[in-house]
Amino acid sequence: MEKIQNQKAWFLVLPALAVLFIFSAVIPLMTVVNYSVQDIFGQDYANAFFVGTEWFRDTIRDPELQAAFGRQLAFSVITLLIQIPLGVAIALAMPTRGIMVSVALVLVSLPLLIPWNVVGTGWLLFTRPDIGLLGVALNELGLDYNIQRNPVDAWLTVLVMDVWHWTSLTVLLAYAGLRAIPGAYYQAARVDGASRWAIFRYVELPRMRGVLLIAILLRFMDSFKLYAEPFVLTGGGPGTTTTFLSQYLATIGVGQFDLGRAAAFSLVYFLFILALSWLFYTVITRMDRE
Amino acid sequence: MRIRTSHIGLAAYLIFLILPLYWMINLSLQPNHEILGSFSLYPERYTFQNYITLVTDASWYGSYLNSITYVLLNMAISLTVALPAAYAFSRFSFLGDKHLFFWLLTNRMAPPAVFLLPFFQLYQNIGLYDTHLAVALAHALFNVPLAIWILEGFMRGIPKEIDETAYIDGYSFSRFFVTIFIPLIRGGIGVTAFFVFVFSWVELLLARTLTATNARPFSVTMTQTISATGIDWGLLAAAGVVTMIPGAVVIWFVRNNLARGLSLGRV
Amino acid sequence: MARIEFDDVAHSYSGRPQSEADYALKPIAHTWDDGGAYALLGPSGCGKTTLLNITSGLVTPSQGRVLFDGEDVTAMPPEKRNIAQVFQFPVLYDTMTVEENLAFPLRNRGAPKAHVRKRVRAVAEMLELEGMLGRKAANLGAEEKQKISMGRGLVRDDVAAILFDEPLTVIDPHMKWVLRRKLRQIHAEFGHTLIYVTHDQTEALTFADKVVVMDDGRLVQTGTPQELFENPAHTFVGYFIGSPGMNFLPCRIEGEAARVTPEVAIPLPETLARRAARLSGALELGIRPSRMEVAPTADEGHCTATAETVEDLGSYALCLVTIGSRRVRVRVPEGRRVQPGERLGLRFPQEWVRLYCDNELVE
Repeated sequence: MEKIQNQKAWFLVLPALAVLFIFSAVIPLMTVVNYSVQDIFGQDYANAFFVGTEWFRDTIRDPELQAAFGRQLAFSVITLLIQIPLGVAIALAMPTRGIMVSVALVLVSLPLLIPWNVVGTGWLLFTRPDIGLLGVALNELGLDYNIQRNPVDAWLTVLVMDVWHWTSLTVLLAYAGLRAIPGAYYQAARVDGASRWAIFRYVELPRMRGVLLIAILLRFMDSFKLYAEPFVLTGGGPGTTTTFLSQYLATIGVGQFDLGRAAAFSLVYFLFILALSWLFYTVITRMDRE
Repeated sequence: MRIRTSHIGLAAYLIFLILPLYWMINLSLQPNHEILGSFSLYPERYTFQNYITLVTDASWYGSYLNSITYVLLNMAISLTVALPAAYAFSRFSFLGDKHLFFWLLTNRMAPPAVFLLPFFQLYQNIGLYDTHLAVALAHALFNVPLAIWILEGFMRGIPKEIDETAYIDGYSFSRFFVTIFIPLIRGGIGVTAFFVFVFSWVELLLARTLTATNARPFSVTMTQTISATGIDWGLLAAAGVVTMIPGAVVIWFVRNNLARGLSLGRV
Repeated sequence: MARIEFDDVAHSYSGRPQSEADYALKPIAHTWDDGGAYALLGPSGCGKTTLLNITSGLVTPSQGRVLFDGEDVTAMPPEKRNIAQVFQFPVLYDTMTVEENLAFPLRNRGAPKAHVRKRVRAVAEMLELEGMLGRKAANLGAEEKQKISMGRGLVRDDVAAILFDEPLTVIDPHMKWVLRRKLRQIHAEFGHTLIYVTHDQTEALTFADKVVVMDDGRLVQTGTPQELFENPAHTFVGYFIGSPGMNFLPCRIEGEAARVTPEVAIPLPETLARRAARLSGALELGIRPSRMEVAPTADEGHCTATAETVEDLGSYALCLVTIGSRRVRVRVPEGRRVQPGERLGLRFPQEWVRLYCDNELVE
C-alpha cells in the first residue's frame, strides 16, 4: 500500500514512545551504558570512577562467560535443528478439515500459554526419579536417569523441554503457511505426476519459506533469552552445565551485584541480539515488499 | 478415514505434549504423602485439598490476583499506546519511521535479563518498586512492540479508501478511529490482546525482580513452596495447573489467528 | 490419446446428497471424442470445473463410471491417468527455472533426458518461450507464467487430453486472442484432445469445434457453434449464446400459427405446428434478433411493433421493440434508421422460428 507522507503521524506514535523511553527501554538502557564504564563498590554510586572499556575486556575474556556463550550457541542451534523440521513435519500431519483442526490447534498451542517457570516445574515433576512419570519409567528400564546429578541427562532434558515448549510455534506458523497455498498448486502437482516428496520440495517448502524464516529467526533469538525454564528445572546445574547466558547475567547482576561487569555483559549481549534483530528486520521488510 | 504414518506421528506428538501436563494434573490431585509414598499412574484416592489450599491461603490467591492485576494493567497500557502507533505505521510515512519500527523490534527481542538491574533501580527510585504498575510498565518493554507489530499487520489489510471515505464524509480523526476503524479490526485487537496477555502472564524474571511482597506474582510464590519439611509436590502441581487456566479459557476464540500473533502479524 | 466416456456420472460435494439440488453435477452420459477441440461453456457455478476435475481425476464422482478407451479409470488418480490440466491462475514451481518447470511433468514420469530436452525445446518454441528458458519462473509476468502453465500441459505428447480451466482469465484481451489462436494451431498440428472450460461464449465459439453447454449441473446441449446458434436445444442455450440472446415469446398454437398476443399470431411451418399442438407443456416461440426482418413499412410483415430504444453498434443497430405487452430485440441492418417511438413492421421468417415446450426445443 502506498503510504502518505505525513509528519503529524509522529503524534500517534508518541504515547508508545513515551512509555518505552521512560519506563522500559531507553532510560534503563542508558543506566546500563553508564555502569558499564564505571567501577562501583557495593552500592556506593557517588564514589564510582570511570574505568573506560575495562569491563568490556573483562567480560569478553571471562572464561565462564565464554563457556556460557558456547553452551548457549550450541543449545540454540541444536534446538532449532530439531524444532524446525519437527514443526514442519507436524504441520504437514495436522488435519485440514473439520472440528479436529480446532482441537489439534488448541492442543498444540497449550505449551505456549503456560508461564515459563511452570514449564520448568511441570518438567521437574515429570522427570524426577522418585515421583516423575518419565524419571521413574527410565529408571525402571534400567537407565540411571537423574538430572540433578548427571550433566548429560540435565542437558538433554532441558533440550527436550525446549522442544516440548516451543516446537508448537513452528507448527502453527508452518501450518498457516500451508493453509495459504491455493488448492490449484496441489492439483497441478498431482496432474504433473509429482511424488509426495516432490510436492513438498517444490510446492510446499518454497511457499512456506517466509513463515519458516520468521520461525527460525524468532526461535533463534528467543532461545537466546532462555531463562526461567532451566532455572526452575536444573537451577543451571549440575555445576554450570545448563547455565545459559540470561541466567549467568542474572547471577552476576542481581545475585552478586557486580554492576560494572553485569552492565558490560548486558551491552555485549544486547548488541548481539541487535545484530540478529537487524537480520530479522531486513528479511521481514523484504518479504513485506514482495 | 485411512490411518497413515502421519496420523500416528501427529498422535505421538500430541501425546508427548500432553503427558507432562497430565502428570502435573495427576500429582495435583494427590496429597503429598501419597505422592512420595507410592507411585501411581492416576490418582487412586483423589483429593482437591491442594486446590482448596490455593483458594483459601491468602499468599496463594493473593499472588494469583497480583498476577492478574499487572497483566490486565499491562494489557490496557499496551493496547492504548499501540493502537494509534500501529495506525501511524500502517498508514503514513514519516521521518524516521523505518528506524523506529526496527527499534521497536529490538525491544521485543531484547533479553529481559539485560534490563534487570536498571529496572530494579529505576522503579526503586521513582517509588514504584513492588507495585503492580511497575511490572505492567516493565512488561511494556516487549508487549508494546509486540502489539504494534501485530496490529500493524492487521491494519495493513484494511484498505485506506475506508479512511479516505470517512474523512470526506466529515469524520474527525478521533471519531473515525474510534467509531469506524477500531470496530473494523476488532478481530485483530482480540488476537493482540490475547498475546499481550499471554506474554505478560508467562514472564517470570522481571516480575520477580520488581516485586517483593505487595505485588508478588503467582509464579514467584510457586518458587517458594520449598519449606523446612521439603517441597509440597502436590500443591506445586496444583499451582502449576491453575496457571494454565487463563490461556486455556480464551485460546479457543483466537485459535485461527495464533500464527498471526506469534509471527508478529507477519503471516 | 483416448476417447473419454462418462457413463451416468454424477457428483455431489456433500457427503450424503438429500435431493437433486445437492448435486454439483447431475447424472450425465457424455463422450469426449479423441482429437476433438471442445469448449465447455456455462455460467459460473454450473458445474463445469467439477466435470473437468472428474475428467482429470482430481475429483472422484459420487456415482457412475469414467472410461478411457473403454477402460474404467473412475478410481484412478490424476497422476496415473495421463491427463494434462491448466488452471485458471498460473501455477508455477517458483524455485525452478522456466525450463525445469516445463520439464517437471516429464521428469516425474522418468522420461529419458534426451526426450525431455527435445519436448521442452519444442514446447518453448510453440509458446515463444525460448528466450527465457534459463530464468527463474517466479520473476515473470502473468502472461508468461500462464504460458508456462500451458506449456506444462503440452509438454507430454502422449496425454489422453489437455484440460484448460478458464486459462486466460488473467491475460489481457489482445494476448488472449493470440494465445487462443496458438492453441488452435497446436491442436491442428498435434491433434490432442482439448477441453477448454470458459464462461465466455466468444472464447468458446472461436476456440472449439464442438461446444458443450452446461447449466445448473446439467449438459444442456453439445454441438458446433453454428448448431448452438441456429438450433438451441434449450431456452438456456438460446439465451446464453449470442449477444443479445434469443427472443422468447410465450404462445399457444392456433391452427398453423403461434399466437403471442391477442392481436398477433406468427405463422409456423406446418409440421412444427402439428407437433406442437399435441404437446401439453408451456410453449414459447424463440427467434434470434438477427433473424427477424424489419419490413420497409409498418403495415407489412407479421406484426407491428413500436421501437422503444435504439442502440447503435456501428455496423448495425439493436432495437428493443414492444409487440403488445411483449418485448423483443431486433437487429436492424445498417442503412435503416429507426427512431424511438417509431412503428415497425416485423417479419418472422419461418425457417428461423423455433418452438420450445417446457424450455426444450420442439423438433
